[in-house]
Amino acid sequence: MAMSLTLSSEQQLLRDNAREFLRGASPVGQLRRLRDQRDPDGFSRELWGQMAELGWVASALPERLGGMGLGYTELGIVLEECGRNLASTPLLSCVVLGAGTLFEAGEGALQREILPLVAAGKLLLALAFEESPRFQPYHVSCRAERVAGGYRLHGHKRFVLDGASADKLIVSARTSGAVTDRDGISLFLIDAQQPGVQRRMVRTLDSRCAADFQLEAVEVPASQLIGQVDRAADLLDPVLDRAAVALSAEMLGLNQQAYETTLEYLKTRVQFDVPIGSFQALQHRAVEMFCALSLASSVVYAALSAIDERSSKLPLLASAAKARMTDTSRLVTREAVQMHGGIGMTDEHDIGFYMKRGAATELTLGDSAYHRDRFARLSGF
Amino acid sequence: MELAAFRDEIKAWLAANVPSSMHGLPVVMPSETPTEPAEIVRARQLYLKGMSARGYTAPRWPKAYGGAGLTVDEARVLQEELDALRLPPALVGMGVSMIGPTLLVHGSEEQKLRFLPKIVSGEHRWCQGFSEPGAGSDLASLRTDAVLDESGEHYIINGSKIWTSGAQFANWMFMLVRTDRTNKHNGITFILLDMKTPGIEVKPIRLISGASMFCEVFFQDVVAYPRDVVGNVNHGWTVAKTLLNFERSGMGTGTLGAGTRRAAASSGHLVKLAKQTTGEVDGRVADPSLRDRLAQLLMDELALSLTVERTTAARKETGAMGPEMSMFKLYQSELGQRRDELTLCLRGSDALALDAASGNEEGNAATRMWLHAKATTIWGGTSEVQRNIIAKRVLRLPS
Repeated sequence: MAMSLTLSSEQQLLRDNAREFLRGASPVGQLRRLRDQRDPDGFSRELWGQMAELGWVASALPERLGGMGLGYTELGIVLEECGRNLASTPLLSCVVLGAGTLFEAGEGALQREILPLVAAGKLLLALAFEESPRFQPYHVSCRAERVAGGYRLHGHKRFVLDGASADKLIVSARTSGAVTDRDGISLFLIDAQQPGVQRRMVRTLDSRCAADFQLEAVEVPASQLIGQVDRAADLLDPVLDRAAVALSAEMLGLNQQAYETTLEYLKTRVQFDVPIGSFQALQHRAVEMFCALSLASSVVYAALSAIDERSSKLPLLASAAKARMTDTSRLVTREAVQMHGGIGMTDEHDIGFYMKRGAATELTLGDSAYHRDRFARLSGF
Repeated sequence: MELAAFRDEIKAWLAANVPSSMHGLPVVMPSETPTEPAEIVRARQLYLKGMSARGYTAPRWPKAYGGAGLTVDEARVLQEELDALRLPPALVGMGVSMIGPTLLVHGSEEQKLRFLPKIVSGEHRWCQGFSEPGAGSDLASLRTDAVLDESGEHYIINGSKIWTSGAQFANWMFMLVRTDRTNKHNGITFILLDMKTPGIEVKPIRLISGASMFCEVFFQDVVAYPRDVVGNVNHGWTVAKTLLNFERSGMGTGTLGAGTRRAAASSGHLVKLAKQTTGEVDGRVADPSLRDRLAQLLMDELALSLTVERTTAARKETGAMGPEMSMFKLYQSELGQRRDELTLCLRGSDALALDAASGNEEGNAATRMWLHAKATTIWGGTSEVQRNIIAKRVLRLPS
């Protein structure tokens, strides 16, 4: 069997360690504190430092660039545990999207300079590629104008994950073609503080911090071009697949936890002198949640394996994983709040935090309608 | 043996021993009106004889009982080679998929030696005497009783069973009988019965599809024997639960995996049909709503087949097979029905002519399949019963 469908003992151990560490270092209360204190980053830099020490930030990068040479299955395991605790970290934005894009372009001077710093947790990198509210990665109107010695960028980028705290940005900009063309896009590494870059923080409903950027005549030396001119989509395709799968792994964890919390509530909440979990109407809905999670988790794990095995099925499995996980999340987190009744509506109870993070992840990197359509296209219909 | 060497051996054997007329033939269930030409019927018999002599009709069972004694991986290789030649299973039915695996768990050594080889060879064709007119979803309320006579050597069975699949073609029945009227669950015994025994009457039931897959079976002073009781007297419910797990999962012989592979293979067919009947624009199914339904279906089928693979892999490690099999029964049947509903939509009015003499035969077949498959969420425990089982035994919700 090509795919590894069960975890190895090392992977089990990593899961146990991650679960124990995150439960102590980053319970849901931590996210609540970050929100209440209006933290400017939306995550704890102390936690990020600890995760770098544990090697999780470096897990998916090769050792010669300061990484650990582990796989996406391992990163997925950590993300799943982050999801369980709603741990807010830049793993997706900085490691999978940022470092992942840079690494995808090969191993040149830029990679050797930047990636070891990312792996060590000393530099935060974000990918600024979106411009529209619905996911259309190749809808790029931001322009890169050729000037002596490099390029000059004009335009706007929005919903840059963890963009509020990023030190550097990878920006997609059009070097040729029309606004919706897949070809004609190029990637540039810029400093988030450099002249012409205006940043506006966006606090999202899941208590995290994204950012919108306005770029006005931002000067970029030719050395900061990532990959080939006009060919950014070839780099972004696999990166966005990996990111959709990594995000699905986090969603799996948060939905598992929301489901388990709800199941426990059904067993302990007494109304009409009996636990409400004895009502068949609620039992059958709980079974739907359980089955949806079992089915979605199989696709997520198969997709993580496909990344590690460099399988040609990755695009199909990535879209299947994100679509199934998104539909599952819409079912599980909404039912979780409903089944908690009045207490589920309060800010005091954690379950609402799960639903809000659930909703944010559902709409990030393509919702299920997007990925079903892509699945159909990849399947030849 | 190395897996690669095993594969070579299988390839060579299949090439030398399987009639080429078998390639690409569909599975056939016994029916009142066999439609295949005589030479194909003979080829099927030869194929069964060759396969069963090697134990390949029950590849995982021990050799002592007529099986091939293959490991999980070897059995998978065998299945892959059968698939590669598009060979149908040589033998299907409740013998290899349900009562055989149950006897391996609960049968006495004598019973295993007496019954299993005849299941492997296809000599015994089994039917299931569980449901009764008054005992459907509430199976344990069954009333067909078996009373031990004064000699202690015979059980006398009286009562009736319903929804007995293939009873008109079976020569043995495994059944649940009441041996204690005072105790609902602990008053049921699991017993094996020769269908030629006097006093048994079989009546086929005509269904909404026009076919008669199920029968009513009546018992009047039918004699059965204590040596044919499986497990302990009054503890047949335990044996029945094991059997129902095999039934639900279809995993008794690993046929569930094969089933999902067949579904994947026919995806191409469904896509083609969608393009034909709704039109094609830029290589895509023209109707976006039907395209979305098709994508959702294929994705859900992919999720189920990956889950079956994952569970099989986990089972290989722990050896446990439990009530989570209810989930497979639930989803496989509901997905199958969704596939049938979508097929009907795609065919439009072509799907409405049911009579073989009129309309288009492919459309008719799809419609008969749609009607036939309505049974799948009812038999073997309805979808609602499966949800009850999962709620109680997996989720541990209170009753």
